[in-house]
Amino acid sequence: MKIAVCVKYVPEGAARRIDSATKKLDRSGEGTLNPFDANAVEEALRLKDERGGEVVVVSLGPDKAADALRKALAMGADRAVLVSDQAAEGSDLVATSLVLARVLEREAPDLVVFGQQGSDSDGAVLWAAVADRLRLPVVSQAAELTLGDGSLRVKRQTEYGYDVLEAPLPAVVAVSDAINQPRYPSLKGIMGAKRKPQETLALGDAGVDRERAGWEGSRTTVLRLEPPPPRGESRRIEDDGSGAAAQQIVDFLAEKRLL
Amino acid sequence: MSVLVFLEHHDDQITKGSLAILTKAATLGDPDVAGVLVGSGVTAAASQAGKFGAVRVHVRDDDGVAAALPQPRVDVLAGLVREHGYETVLFAASVLAADVAAGLAARLDAGLNWDLVDLAVEDGELVGRRPALGDSVYVSVGWTGTPRLALFRSGSFDPSATAGGEPEVVPVDGELEDFSLAVTMVEQAHAESEGPSIEDADVVVAGGRGLGEPGNFRLVEELADALGGAVAATRAVVDAGWYPYSAQVGQTGKTVSPKLYVAAGISGAIQHKVGMQGANVIVAVNKDANAPIFEYSDLAVVADVHAVLPKLTQLVRERKGG
Ligand SMILES: Cc1cc2nc3c(=O)[nH]c(=O)nc-3n(C[C@H](O)[C@H](O)[C@H](O)COP(=O)(O)OP(=O)(O)OC[C@H]3O[C@@H](n4cnc5c(N)ncnc54)[C@H](O)[C@@H]3O)c2cc1C
Ligand SMILES: Nc1ncnc2c1ncn2[C@@H]1O[C@H](COP(=O)(O)O)[C@@H](O)[C@H]1O
Repeated sequence: MKIAVCVKYVPEGAARRIDSATKKLDRSGEGTLNPFDANAVEEALRLKDERGGEVVVVSLGPDKAADALRKALAMGADRAVLVSDQAAEGSDLVATSLVLARVLEREAPDLVVFGQQGSDSDGAVLWAAVADRLRLPVVSQAAELTLGDGSLRVKRQTEYGYDVLEAPLPAVVAVSDAINQPRYPSLKGIMGAKRKPQETLALGDAGVDRERAGWEGSRTTVLRLEPPPPRGESRRIEDDGSGAAAQQIVDFLAEKRLL
Repeated sequence: MSVLVFLEHHDDQITKGSLAILTKAATLGDPDVAGVLVGSGVTAAASQAGKFGAVRVHVRDDDGVAAALPQPRVDVLAGLVREHGYETVLFAASVLAADVAAGLAARLDAGLNWDLVDLAVEDGELVGRRPALGDSVYVSVGWTGTPRLALFRSGSFDPSATAGGEPEVVPVDGELEDFSLAVTMVEQAHAESEGPSIEDADVVVAGGRGLGEPGNFRLVEELADALGGAVAATRAVVDAGWYPYSAQVGQTGKTVSPKLYVAAGISGAIQHKVGMQGANVIVAVNKDANAPIFEYSDLAVVADVHAVLPKLTQLVRERKGG
């Protein structure tokens, strides 16, 4: 069975990294594989172990995203496809979903797996847009995933408790960060990753018109940035490893009349 | 600037979150505020929307859309936007609504802004406000055209009944896509194991994945016991089976507003934050100095839970005993 995993390259420690000139996330620093997507890669590898087949990771991002894809390859994915194009910069949900859908159409996998959310965007929405473009069934927030004969079964949490859902393959599924414990790449995996096929596509190669991606293809805009509303004073203490901070917590609670 | 609001329902009631968005929609200046209800046996609930500002409720009431699944709802909403030309479509955040909103964005090539905490008209344009990057910055966002789609963070507004009367109820039909009907709900909304209520506790001690293993919840339980409080958990540990769903705090769990909330080994994702930000005092213990939870803690303790919690429990007991 062929499984595609959509993974995102995100800035390391995403907080407070807005570039005030461009009003965008400052992506100049170091980046990494979105931690939530390690769960998606892990789940795909688990299913491959069970059923055999191929795991291909797919991403839209800057050239530097190739490093993040290599981490997925080191974990055990077979192949990576990165769409990287200046004209794709600034792609919002509508544009990103279009680009990914085009690549996924070309790959025609039996299953497409997404992570829970981007650590930089907290969107937790992309899969439903991609599934609509692919005209495939979608199931989100999967906490447990089992494959049947040409179908999948998912247990997932909503506001009211747990649902059990079934969908025929091919399908799109987004997994919760509790679904598994992602493996660490082994040394052998890291060495081997360099030799695995890594393809980089421009928008044209993926079959996407330039005006449907990037700033031009996006339907949302960022107008301005402001500091968050002030919150009461916040105090910070660091423990030296001995647990001595416990006394300071007690003093704080006493001061607030909470003891 | 006609507005359509997705009205989610549960047990024959339109959700409080959806009614709150309807209330907000009614303040945007255009009296043409409509709702849409999709489900089986939902027609009776439509009239609830009138008091909250809806002049019209589109209702798709049939057994084929009984399960709370997003894709048939995308079909229904896309049809309504195309036929009636709604310029803005608003959603209260939920597992269902997020998937409906994103599917609709792709279907209509429409802009979707998410996690909004406010929406207002500025110089004739709609502008949304969204906290980003662990809420360390507030971003004003817009749309390049219509329809504009928006998903609001849970708890951003309260519903408020107005003098509104009975809304016009308009039945909706139309074909649903084959792929939209492919997912089946085998079992719906099954809440596992009941537990003590955490909503009324003055003190809540919550544990997350940083505890390392299920057995370490003992550290949280002992501290809660010493402080006379209740035990809560994050979705990550509930989904992993470490703790019951009834103890979960956050978007898909409970909302608590105790006098004191202690977060142990919790990263502080926004979906967790929306369930506990109303606490008077928040104390967080996390070994990662950059954990997002520290952005909204009154006392940020950079420490290992295994070192600090047992000592803290002991000191609290001594103090209370003496
Ligand atoms: C639609 C949707 C709904 C959701 N609903 C909810 C919800 O209702 N409630 C909820 O909680 N989440 C919810 N989530 C999930 C949420 O996004 C996070 O994934 C989840 O809250 C993370 O749980 P955590 O903090 O326990 O785990 P993690 O994010 O893994 O954080 C663990 C933390 O522990 C720290 N740590 C590790 N070891 C130690 C140690 N020894 N000492 C101290 N600290 C340590 C780490 O630094 C880390 O910050 C939802 C997500 C989505 C997409
Ligand atoms: N640029 C991207 N390329 C590939 N996959 C992505 C991209 N952005 C987001 N994803 C996937 O979509 C999920 C949700 O991301 P988001 O909706 O941005 O929070 C992530 O966990 C990834 O699986």
